Amino acid sequence: MTTATDHTTAAAVGNLSTFGVLSVENEPVWLAAAREAASAWVGAHGFPPQKDEDWRYVSLEPILGTSFEPSSEPIDDPGLAVVVDEISMHLGGTRLVFVNGHYCAELSRVIGLPEGARVSNLATVLAQDAERLRPYFSSDLEEYRDAFAALNTALFADGVFIELPDDTTVEEPIELVFLTDTGGRHLVTSPRSLVFVGTRSHVTVVETYAGTAGNDYLTNAVTEIVLRRSAQVEHYNVQVESEGAFHLASLTVHQDQESRFSSHLVALGSRIARHEVRILLEGEGAKVSLDGLYLPRGDQHHDHPVLVEHVAPHCSSRQLYKGIADEHGHGVFNGHVVVHHGAVGTDASQTNKNLLLCDSAEIDTRPRLEIFADDVACSHGATVGRLNDDALFYLRSRGIAERLARGLLTYGFARELVDRLELEPLRARVNKLTAERLMVDEDDPLLFPSSSISAQELMERLQ
Amino acid sequence: MLEIEDLHASVGDTEILRGLDLTVNPGEVHAIMGPNGSGKSTLAHVLAGRGNFDVTGQVHYDGHDLLVMSPEERAIAGVFLAFQHPIEIPGVGSLYFLRTALNSIRRGHSLDEVGPVEFLKLIEDKMALVEMDQSFMSRSVNEGFSGGEVKRNEILQMAVLEPSLAILDETDSGLDIDALRVVASGVNALRNEKRAMLVITHHQRLLDYIVPDRVHVLAAGRIVRVGGKELAISLEEHGYVDLGETARPDQPATIGTAT
Repeated sequence: MTTATDHTTAAAVGNLSTFGVLSVENEPVWLAAAREAASAWVGAHGFPPQKDEDWRYVSLEPILGTSFEPSSEPIDDPGLAVVVDEISMHLGGTRLVFVNGHYCAELSRVIGLPEGARVSNLATVLAQDAERLRPYFSSDLEEYRDAFAALNTALFADGVFIELPDDTTVEEPIELVFLTDTGGRHLVTSPRSLVFVGTRSHVTVVETYAGTAGNDYLTNAVTEIVLRRSAQVEHYNVQVESEGAFHLASLTVHQDQESRFSSHLVALGSRIARHEVRILLEGEGAKVSLDGLYLPRGDQHHDHPVLVEHVAPHCSSRQLYKGIADEHGHGVFNGHVVVHHGAVGTDASQTNKNLLLCDSAEIDTRPRLEIFADDVACSHGATVGRLNDDALFYLRSRGIAERLARGLLTYGFARELVDRLELEPLRARVNKLTAERLMVDEDDPLLFPSSSISAQELMERLQ
Repeated sequence: MLEIEDLHASVGDTEILRGLDLTVNPGEVHAIMGPNGSGKSTLAHVLAGRGNFDVTGQVHYDGHDLLVMSPEERAIAGVFLAFQHPIEIPGVGSLYFLRTALNSIRRGHSLDEVGPVEFLKLIEDKMALVEMDQSFMSRSVNEGFSGGEVKRNEILQMAVLEPSLAILDETDSGLDIDALRVVASGVNALRNEKRAMLVITHHQRLLDYIVPDRVHVLAAGRIVRVGGKELAISLEEHGYVDLGETARPDQPATIGTAT
């Protein structure tokens, strides 16, 4: 398969405000127009100022001060297969791999899809069935939430397209791997992903964002997921970008009646990462569950603006975000639940718990609840704490050195969210990454026994 | 093996231990009794290395100057405290915790680490000793344990770590009579000619099961009376009131568990 990149023209190298648009040969006129309009939007509105409530904790200076170049070269590096193999969760089903924002057919596979289901890279859909996408991009012309959303439209080279007709279940999780391999350049990639899930259909999507080196690349990802009536989507996002990278991502989810959406986010990488989540509960009885785990250290900044809008009655939303900040790491939870007029019977809970491992680390937490309806059950709570001295003493009194004792307690704090990852290979991977980060021996089989294992089974597994 | 001389411990302006002397020889079981607020738990925590006390005096243990050692160094040297209120550690598996502890202590003695398989065999035997349910193996440390289970877990840890000085802090508190029997028989199985034990209790009841060689009465931060096991029985009959003026702490300790 040829990638669209063969025919693209790079926008100018420069800082983001001077970027033009990506021009792709044979692209529909309406898309080219949408790109121009998006670029003009950035010119007219500029980047979010620090006083913008949704951006107040992020310093955009390092990003806006960097001279980026859009990735226009399709990568042809045989070593990439090995790298992707390491990153991949090996879930056995369809896997789409993107390198520097471009689809990599050689490392991807589309298998086991039920009839009518479409899973492919976006550029292919644009080449074959562009009209299908037109309504989506037309709406973009109206308004952007911020310059980065607009930039994504102006610059995206490729992304993901998933479309499930009604009553369709994709058994194996769909894995999406976004790898940036800069070769020393300051690339900006703009993956754009669209997921449409029909009535009573069901799919699991696993996204992984990773980088091969500590360069200052920028991933500016926009994902939109639409769930029709009684559809069900489990979404996983593992962000392990290089620690010099910038990662700006927005996930928008539209939920119709009785649909079920769950999201599990694990943020370990990037120098500055912003994981925006917007949930629109538009159909009666929809349910959403949002989990987030972030572990900023060094000079990392992890920002989590989470907006849940209860538009329809009798919907439920639940959020559990946990942050662990070490060194000069800075974690932010900026959660906002809005219960609109008429959204009676809303059940909303929002919990943010944080652990500060040292004085130089920083946590900001802002759980907000706005209620314009009667007869609702809403709760929210946030904590920022340190390791429990009693627990630390307990471990040390058993001979465990202080450093390891701290690591174990911190791991224990994160573990609740790791346990909630329902995909076993993913849970094992995240457990390993978390344990490694906290200097706990991740290879010890006793660290992570499954919940109902007998001594006999454990013994057998070890032998 | 354990020699405590003129031990003082205070928190802020409150002096809890006020010149305590105590000697325990290998193989001996000493009971420390006393009214609430007399300093029993403080003694236990000071010996284990809890950092939130200002401590003066001398504690020599097995050739070590105990007071300058970190809690983990003391554990490696053979000190074990069975907590009155063991701590829940959500997210950390009981087996992982216990093997990490065992191997930390073994490394301290330049011994090979115990592998997972070997450890599982070891733990099964020790679990039988305190009648610990199999579900223990997949549970987080003390999380959701019943009152009896947390105390049995303390004795289980002691059985695995094989300390030379075990300090049992109010191990009988919160136990019904059946649980008390299990815990006591676990402790008795661990008695030997080398291992010393300090059994701290408010009630004589525990000493029916764990029969001490010596009984010390602690009041207002000092040992005020020493005797054989019959002293415990007399205390049970007459209470701590007839210990005289010294028995009443004039500044009752006010911090949570350190009473």
